[in-house]
Amino acid sequence: MTTRPLKFWQGVNQALHQEMERDEKVVLVGEDVGGPGGPYGVTRNLRATFGPNRVRDTPISEATIAGLGVGAAAVGLRPVVELMFFDFCMLAMDQIVNQAAKYRYFTGRSLPLTIRTMSGSGGSYGAQHCQSFEAWFAAVPGLTVVMPSNARDAKGLLKSAIRSDDPTLVIETFGLLTARRDTPVDEDFLVPLGVAETRRTGDDVTVVATGRMVDRALEAAERAAADGVSVEVIDPRTIAPLDRATIVGSVSRTGRLVVVQEAPAPFSVAAEVCALAVEECFGRLRAAPVRLCAEFANVPTPQDLVEARVPGVDTIHAALLKVAE
Amino acid sequence: MPDDVTSPPPADLYRRLLLCRRFEEVVAEQYREGRVPGPLHLALGQEATAVGVCAALRRTDVITSTHRGHHHCLAKGADVDRMMAELLGRRTGYSAGRNGSMHIADPDVGLLGTNGIVGGGLPIATGAAFGLQVQGRDDVAVCFFGEGATATGNFGEALNLAALWALPVVFVCENNRFAELTPSSTHVAGEVWQRAEAYGFPGVRVDGGDVHAVAAASHEAVARARAGDGPTLLEVMTYRLSGHYVGDPAEYRDEAEAQAWRDRDAVVRARADLAETDAAAIDDEIETLLAGAVERALAAPAADPEELG
Repeated sequence: MTTRPLKFWQGVNQALHQEMERDEKVVLVGEDVGGPGGPYGVTRNLRATFGPNRVRDTPISEATIAGLGVGAAAVGLRPVVELMFFDFCMLAMDQIVNQAAKYRYFTGRSLPLTIRTMSGSGGSYGAQHCQSFEAWFAAVPGLTVVMPSNARDAKGLLKSAIRSDDPTLVIETFGLLTARRDTPVDEDFLVPLGVAETRRTGDDVTVVATGRMVDRALEAAERAAADGVSVEVIDPRTIAPLDRATIVGSVSRTGRLVVVQEAPAPFSVAAEVCALAVEECFGRLRAAPVRLCAEFANVPTPQDLVEARVPGVDTIHAALLKVAE
Repeated sequence: MPDDVTSPPPADLYRRLLLCRRFEEVVAEQYREGRVPGPLHLALGQEATAVGVCAALRRTDVITSTHRGHHHCLAKGADVDRMMAELLGRRTGYSAGRNGSMHIADPDVGLLGTNGIVGGGLPIATGAAFGLQVQGRDDVAVCFFGEGATATGNFGEALNLAALWALPVVFVCENNRFAELTPSSTHVAGEVWQRAEAYGFPGVRVDGGDVHAVAAASHEAVARARAGDGPTLLEVMTYRLSGHYVGDPAEYRDEAEAQAWRDRDAVVRARADLAETDAAAIDDEIETLLAGAVERALAAPAADPEELG
């Protein structure tokens, strides 16, 4: 399969182009998605290619943007709606949680809706543009939540989300938009929903990392290898439903678990992964599971403060050595 | 129905109005017998709204409804047996008896859903209209909501977007004078129908006690939407004779006001348009239909704890 070193945003853009080309029922709506192609150009050229009927700029009306997706999906479209920042999803909570997620439960019908949003992590946008809410949505029956950590997965997961018959929230990450990874250009390339990727195999410690923390975990694992500690790195890719089998299989083998995420620890994905390890691997654990998370504090604006709040490679490296002692 | 007919035959209108009225009265009896799980919000007195509006619709048109949605469901063509079974918590109900009164949906007849969230249907109907428009269909979306929902942000968002995109949607504000336990004078500023003007599309107020007037206004609004000329806001002035829920003593209600509404009851007036023998035959037909629905529902198995969704 031919690959190209795409940037994350190019993976998203290519997925949208391919799926809109493939199925005329796919439409794209959101703030600034048409003319400017989004504030960071992620959706550039889509309106020029597919026209103003299928690619529409909306007013700043997040609840109704989400509702456009619910209603349009209910009458036969396969809409992709964009809510510019994850924080803005708070304005659309009713439509996402009370309406979209429950449509199949109430009607017995599919609702092929994709909601794209961007976690501002890695940017300097402050406390109302950079939050990580993936655990909130993962706790709602009826929602699939994906969180790609690289261009390849951004493309393949988004394509799978668009082809899925149920509501799927796709969380893109600002700090990764220009990061490259070799990505298949083929239009049939998909990354399946609900399947984790083991990015590095190892025997001593299992690391489960999400979003922007995956590359850091890989770098820390590389350093730990030089120290004689063999680290396996798992990227769940889909937060809900979580690929429990891959995580349990790895932790059962290594006996040690470190979870790295950009959200604070309390009531988070890391909390869920640790609970999973304790419930399913208790007798095989050789050390207490470790959570490396953002501090339980609001997201600041200056970049050095942003970085001070989240785990860095040094922190992850040190934790790997300590847990492997 | 053909586009040049603005109101169905009198016998059809009476049949539909009576079905709405008696369905709720029968369900209320079942509720008092302890057979209806969950809350029950009735719309007694408001029958002409749903019946008049849906008289202008095709099966392929879609509606969104509310927590007080039995009339909308029935008027759009939902199945009486499946509704009754759902309300009585039976596996033969619309969602296997799991959800009850506030969550009835039947996309096959264009009923995208009742809704437990006040104003929750506004963005969905707007989205459905968008979906119909993109596909080039000449079907329309109708959003039923109460005047209480006009205080939500969804109302402003939906009207603005529908106007900008000239969406084929009719916003039907069923002004029944109460939001839950509070009279509308406490929560609605100004006049609802006039808000459409600010967005640049027609707002119409119509007498919700007159099913013919509601049907005529709806026909015009639906025709406008079908023609691609955009939304209409229809404010139907009606009155809720029931409490917010069955069991609500409704002490906030002015009894003289309620009696005035009863004196011009749309169901009674529609019956008076018919010969007595024809009316009596419809009465019997509806009673048989509803008694059968209750009987069949009660004979069906109860909702199954193994079927959580």
